[in-house]
Amino acid sequence: MALSFKMPEFLIKRQVETCSKCLLCVKQCANKVHYYDEKNDSFLTADENCVGCHRCAVICPTRSIYILKYPLEFRRNAYWTEETIKQIYKQAESGGILLAGTGTDRDYPIYWDKILINASQVTNPSIDPLREPMELKTFLGRRPKAITVEGKEIKEEIPPKLELEVPIMFAAMSFGAISLNAVKSLAKAAQKKGTYYNTGEGGLHRDLYQYGSNTTVQVASGRFGVHPDYLNAGAAIEIKIGQGAKPGIGGHLPGEKVGEEVSKTRMIPLGSDAISPAPHHDIYSIEDLRQLIFSLKEATDYKKPVGVKIAAVHNIAAIASGIARAGADFIVIDGFRGGTGAAPQRTRDNVGIPIELALAAVDSRLRDESIRNEVSLVVSGGIRNSADVIKAIALGADAVYIGTAALIALGCHMCQKCYTGKCNWGIATQDPQLTKRLDPEIGAQRAANLIKAWKHEIKDMLGGMGINAIESLRGNRLMLRGIGLTDTELKILGIKAAGE
Amino acid sequence: MAVSINYKGLNFRQAGELLKKAAADGEKQINLFNVNGQRYIAAGLKGNFFINIHGTPGNDLAAYMDGPEIFVMGNAQDGCCNTMNSGRVIINGSVGDIAGYAMRGGELFIKGNAGYRTGIHMKEYGDTVPVLVIGGRTGDFLGEYMAGGIIIVLGLGMEPCDEIVGNFCGTGMHGGVMYIRGKINPHKLGKEVKSVEMEEKDYILLEKYLKQFCAYFNESLHIIEESSFQKIVPFNKRPYGNLYTPH
Repeated sequence: MALSFKMPEFLIKRQVETCSKCLLCVKQCANKVHYYDEKNDSFLTADENCVGCHRCAVICPTRSIYILKYPLEFRRNAYWTEETIKQIYKQAESGGILLAGTGTDRDYPIYWDKILINASQVTNPSIDPLREPMELKTFLGRRPKAITVEGKEIKEEIPPKLELEVPIMFAAMSFGAISLNAVKSLAKAAQKKGTYYNTGEGGLHRDLYQYGSNTTVQVASGRFGVHPDYLNAGAAIEIKIGQGAKPGIGGHLPGEKVGEEVSKTRMIPLGSDAISPAPHHDIYSIEDLRQLIFSLKEATDYKKPVGVKIAAVHNIAAIASGIARAGADFIVIDGFRGGTGAAPQRTRDNVGIPIELALAAVDSRLRDESIRNEVSLVVSGGIRNSADVIKAIALGADAVYIGTAALIALGCHMCQKCYTGKCNWGIATQDPQLTKRLDPEIGAQRAANLIKAWKHEIKDMLGGMGINAIESLRGNRLMLRGIGLTDTELKILGIKAAGE
Repeated sequence: MAVSINYKGLNFRQAGELLKKAAADGEKQINLFNVNGQRYIAAGLKGNFFINIHGTPGNDLAAYMDGPEIFVMGNAQDGCCNTMNSGRVIINGSVGDIAGYAMRGGELFIKGNAGYRTGIHMKEYGDTVPVLVIGGRTGDFLGEYMAGGIIIVLGLGMEPCDEIVGNFCGTGMHGGVMYIRGKINPHKLGKEVKSVEMEEKDYILLEKYLKQFCAYFNESLHIIEESSFQKIVPFNKRPYGNLYTPH
């Protein structure tokens, strides 16, 4: 066999003096990094298998494992970087498409970090959320253009709504991409915090029907697990057209991940690839999308809001306008930093646009066309903290989805190897030995804690701005200022520069 | 007792409400008259009853449907049986594109021709196996991405210049089976499928559905019995398994 150029990314060091030889590291590493040599009573490591997930270091009772960057210096080259070279080695060996997990890790501008939030001083009072009521409740769904009240009745039909206690939902992640315990954790957390989780396109496992009133069920091109009971089980339906991590391409859940339970939930044979093609073959136009929206509404008696999720791409504003006109109750826009269980690396790292710009462009366009109030806007794709949430809402979002942040709350360490199915934290895997490491009760508590903490922070910042309801922040771009942005960027974001 | 609904002048939502009400009232036979392109007929309906459609139903007939049986005295349009779960639809005519898209159970019998992307994404699980029988011919991409189920194409009433299936038949197919009557040009087949010998069990299966077909549309089983069939199956369950770089 030819020599492989693949070298380790991490170097494992063991502090032999403190190691208690409990062998937990050996037993727990699904990537088989640690070995114990009984004969010599010593440990060996296969550094090249290490993905940097920290499982061994975190569970080591004596903190005896250090994970370092592997000391392999490439000659400095600003163009042919170490990463570029290694990727070519890999492809020269395999002839295959490079895969990547989670959102892009490339050094693109982070507009959230170039936007600053306002606060009240002297001329209008700030509000102390600890002592005064602060409203975060958010409704998602279509609103009639105007309402007429006759007697005590509203004449217009009021379309169905989702009611959120906090404008944060858990993004679509399928059972298949993540473990059942991970989905259960999010479902329970959504229930605790009065919000919603999303099934992704993996169908709805029978254990999850009990969380129906906190569930958004997804309909994607593969139509996995879609049947009348599924459609009616959730509180809302989301048509998935695209995903920020891989706009324009479909998904393949590899056959190895289609075990007994996934097979049952997706309603496909054991071990068969679950292929979601890039397009819905019944949607070639806005009119066709309207047809799918209304077939779902018909199938659920107009009782559920039907949303449409798209990836943020160049013509996003015009597309979103079309979706609003097609009859969607809410539009989800997923930015180019959006996470994924598996995406071709080139697509993940090069296709799409930042959510901040996409959101501002869509909100402006819908306002210009006087239809912004008719439809709700949800954004996702790299929301990291409560400040990102505040900024998104001030830019015009009704609510946000968090995916990666929620998984990090469950224990994800961002090793980006979700597609290998060997997640040592029991999240992006279907291996029962691994999934049992994630206790849904503990997971739910951690995800709920995250929402609780962010809720406090959002209230604090709202109070600081002198605002006591999230509704008053929505699209209130005067509360934002840009720093280090070009005139064009400021114009697209619709915000002034700091100091203006 | 049968109940009748006059679809004349009704939009799909008004018509749908009447049909859903009749179904909820426990009617066992519902006759729809003057149907003229109304979409989503029987979409998401569950239960065990019979719908007779006079006229031309619009797109997405029987989408997500779970149980009922529908007979159409004429043609149907696009998306017939889209993501259908169970039940039976019999079309005494031809259908438009994407008939049986992502169908995962139940039966669709079409007397005439079917358009593009017929039976794509059909799936099966356990003993739930969707069946699609087309009396005439089909357009391109028959059974594309098919992951399960049975498609039978008979090519009855074809002109000499007609081809029984269009191009890219079975592209991306990774489950299920297709039976095509007569000869099929190899260049019509997608690269993920192959033609294999018919076995005894295939004939038993064919006979079962062809008997039904002939009974619905008054065709003679002889014509079909005397024909040869080609069985099309995927090379494997993982057509794109080797596309990616292992970690």
